[in-house]
Formats: sequence, C-alpha cells, structure tokens
Amino acid sequence: MSLLSLEGISAGYGPVQALEDVSLHVGQGEIVTLVGANGAGKSTLLMTICGDPRARTGRIVFDGQDITALPTHLIMRQGLAQSPEGRRIFPRMTVNENLLMGAEVAGHDPAPGLAQARALFPILLERAGQRAGTLSGGEQQMLAIARALMSRPRLLLLDEPSLGLAPLIVRQIFGAIRRLNEEEGLTVLLVEQNAFQALRLAHRGYVLVNGRITLQGSGAELMTRSEVQDAYLGGGHG
Amino acid sequence: MAYALQQLVNGISLGMIYGLIAVGYTMVYGIVGMINFAHGDVFMVGAFVSLVGLLLLAGGIDGPAAILLVLVFAMGITAMYGLAVERIAYKPLRGSFRLAPLISAIGMSIVLQNYVQLAQGAREKPIDAIVTGSLTIFTGDAGFVVAVSWIQILIVITTLIVLAGFTVLVTRTPLGRAMRAVEQDRKMAGLLGVDTNRTISLAFLIGAALAAVAGFLFLLRYGVINFFIGFTAGVKAFTAAVLGGIGSLPGAVLGGLLIGLIETFWSAYFSIQYKDVAAFAILILVLIFLPTGLLGRQEVEKV
Repeated sequence: MSLLSLEGISAGYGPVQALEDVSLHVGQGEIVTLVGANGAGKSTLLMTICGDPRARTGRIVFDGQDITALPTHLIMRQGLAQSPEGRRIFPRMTVNENLLMGAEVAGHDPAPGLAQARALFPILLERAGQRAGTLSGGEQQMLAIARALMSRPRLLLLDEPSLGLAPLIVRQIFGAIRRLNEEEGLTVLLVEQNAFQALRLAHRGYVLVNGRITLQGSGAELMTRSEVQDAYLGGGHG
Repeated sequence: MAYALQQLVNGISLGMIYGLIAVGYTMVYGIVGMINFAHGDVFMVGAFVSLVGLLLLAGGIDGPAAILLVLVFAMGITAMYGLAVERIAYKPLRGSFRLAPLISAIGMSIVLQNYVQLAQGAREKPIDAIVTGSLTIFTGDAGFVVAVSWIQILIVITTLIVLAGFTVLVTRTPLGRAMRAVEQDRKMAGLLGVDTNRTISLAFLIGAALAAVAGFLFLLRYGVINFFIGFTAGVKAFTAAVLGGIGSLPGAVLGGLLIGLIETFWSAYFSIQYKDVAAFAILILVLIFLPTGLLGRQEVEKV
C-alpha cells in the first residue's frame, strides 16, 4: 500500500490553475522525485499536499487517512514534514531554536531529532547558538532539512534542496537523503530542478509539465527518455 | 536636584504603566502586522474590572491577598475581552486588505468605550486609596522631601515581575517560540504543525492580560477612572511602542519608560496643561527621523 497517494488533484492560487488532474503515489520506503521546468507546479504540488493552497478537486490520502480537508497544522502532525521552497528558516531565531520548532509543537521529544541533525550536519552543532539568518545558504538548507526531520516524519517533502548551492554541498545533502532512506527507511518526495541528480537518487520519478504529469517511471528509465534528456538534462550530462 | 530626583521617581512609575500597555501593541503588531487601536480600551476595561473586583471584595478580604486576588481576577476577565475583540473584529478579516482590521480596530475601540459607558455610567469613578503612605528617601536642602510612595513601589515591583514572567514565556517556552515563529514566517510555522490561529489568539489574550495589570495599577495609583481613559493612555503607549521600535518587546518597555519620564519632566519644568503635547511631539519626531525606533530592526536579512 502506498504511504501517500494523490488522486485527480487540481489546485492553484486565485485565478491561476497550477495543477491539473494530478495523480501520483509514493510507496513506503521509496524516494520519488518530481522533475519539471520552473513554473511547472512542483512546489505548488508539495504545498497542496500540506493543505496550503487547498486542493480544488481530488483526494489526498496519507497512510490510509483522507487528509484533503484537514487544516495545515493537523496535516503536518500526521507524520509528514516539509523542507519548503526558499528554505524559510526563522532568521531571528537561533539554529537550535529553529530545530526545536520542528519537534515540540507536535509534542515530539526533540532529543533524538537533535542528535540525528548533528550527526547528519555537524556544522549545525557548531552554529547552535547563532541566529539562523546569519548562516550561509548551504547551512540554511541543511538547517531546513534537519528541522523537517526533527519530528521524525515518515514522509519528507523536500523542495529544491540543491538550489543555489555549491556542488560539494549538494553532494553532501543528497548523500544524507540517501543514507536516511537506506538506514532509517525514510520515505521522500523530492522536487528538483537538477533532474539528473534527482533521478539518479530516486527510485521512481514523475515529470510535471504545465501542471500535468506527462511521464512516469523508474529513475533510470526516465533518464534515458529523450523528452527528459532534451528538456531537463541538457543532453551532455553523465 | 531633589526636585529632579522626585520627578525621576514619578516618571519611572508612570512609564512602567505605559510600558505594560505598549507591550500589547508591539506584540500584536509583530505577530499579525496590525495596530490594535482597541488595545487602549482593553486597558480601560482592565481598570474597570479591577474596580469591580475591589468592590466585590470590599468588607471581605483585604491587604496584599486582596490586591493579588483582584489583579488575577482582572487579568483573567480582561484576557477574555482581548480574545473576544480578536475573534469578533480581526479574525474574520484575516487575509483581507491591510486597512480592514485597522478600521475594525477603531470600531472596536468605540464599541468598548460605549459599552463601558452604558454599563458603568459616564461619570468618574473614584475609589478610596488602598495603598497609602510613602518612603522618604532623603530631605533635600530647603526642606524638599524626596519620597517614593508605596504605590509607586508596588507599580515598579509588579511590572518587573510581570515582565520577567512574560520574557521567560517568550524566550524560553514552546509557546513563546511558536509565537516568534508565527511572527517571522506564519506559513512556515503552519508547516511545522503550529496552529497559527490559536497562537495569534493567545497573543491577543496575553496582551490584554498585561493591559489589565496596567489598568489595575492605574486605578490604584490615580484612584479615579472613567470610560475614556483608554484613549489617551492608549495613544501614549502606542507612541512608546513606536519610539522603542514597533515589533520589539524590550523596545516597548524602554519606550514606555522614556515617554513616562519625558511627560513627567515636561510637566514639572514646563507646563502640565500641555503634557500631552510632549508625548505626541515625540511620536511625530520619531516617525520622521527614526521610523524604526530605538530598538527596531532594519529589514536586512540574508536570503
């Protein structure tokens, strides 16, 4: 049974329809990626799963429960977490406080999450008392992911973790995601504009074009498709 | 010299009251980005609830226990008023255009004034002094006595205790962190499981409870209240919040103290009739020359 499934989801902001009849599923323990051009609706899809914006049509089921109409904060207490577009760390809180925000609201014990965060990204321990707004872009991205992991979610929604980061840091972050998936069985729905790296990491992928899913398949399979290569891989990669 | 010292004492105790009200303005501004113009009237309601509490206890308990009991009573009831104001006038307008809650705040202010006027009458309500006497610090030359009245000491101590508790709440507890998270990024706070509507309501509730402390201390200090006291006190506390830097909690307290001192010294050395001019002139000058206030932050952050 899949952990998350979307059936016929349409959503958007105001008069703009960003998603059109999107159906997808993410199985327990899978890394699934969503690739597509800027403005294809990838981030909107992750936000719609969290109920902000609300789906206009269709159904979202998480772990057997219909979460389509739940308020955002209750959806997020079901075992989902998101590291959103633009990172959205709390700039005037310390790194440590940012991490605590990820756990305590839903009543989780922050200790195991903090230990995990520090094991994954040791730099966060060094910066624990520093205001998060003063971190570098890469450090902020690590903080956003670590914060999302604080609630020990079963499903991690990860939006563009590589955006604007140096290749070395991107490798570090992707390595961390792979490790979490292999060692802890964390299920991940990953949105990436860096399609090559995302497809290599993921078990399966979906291609989103103008709010519709046009292709799906295993990561390796999608990488060989000419539509994907032409549009997102720039031909020469790998 | 002795005269100036006495003004300092008076200014600080007045400034503490302004500071308590200013915290409510600045906290609500920080968290929802609106000026709650009904907040001064919530302070007035707090003073009236305190009066009712004192009358209910009259003849029964007295002494410090009575004062504490009435204070807690006033904080509790006034907090409910603060919550009601938010539910009725602001929450339905969330997501509407920016001016809408501002206008309904002014409406709420008028409603509260008229409600208290109808329920309690328009006349001044005097009470007998409850905390009397003073502590002489020293007698200056020419026989001028510098004294701190017990009520001034009570104001300073109560305010310090309440603000210390409030500071711990905001900086050390999960609720305080959630409030700061909603202030910095409401959408993200929701993504972390924070019930943002509840957090906003709690900010109004806490702000109203602090205003009730101010109302209670005002009643004890001046002994006379009417339904209109919220207007002047509210605008001055708002000035204090702007002077300190709107959105900054320590700034609100600092601003309150400065406004209290400026007003007191102005009254003592220039003109007591024009004391309100001093406070409002400051508001204008700060808005022109220092719009971020003393402790307000510049909007520069790394993204």
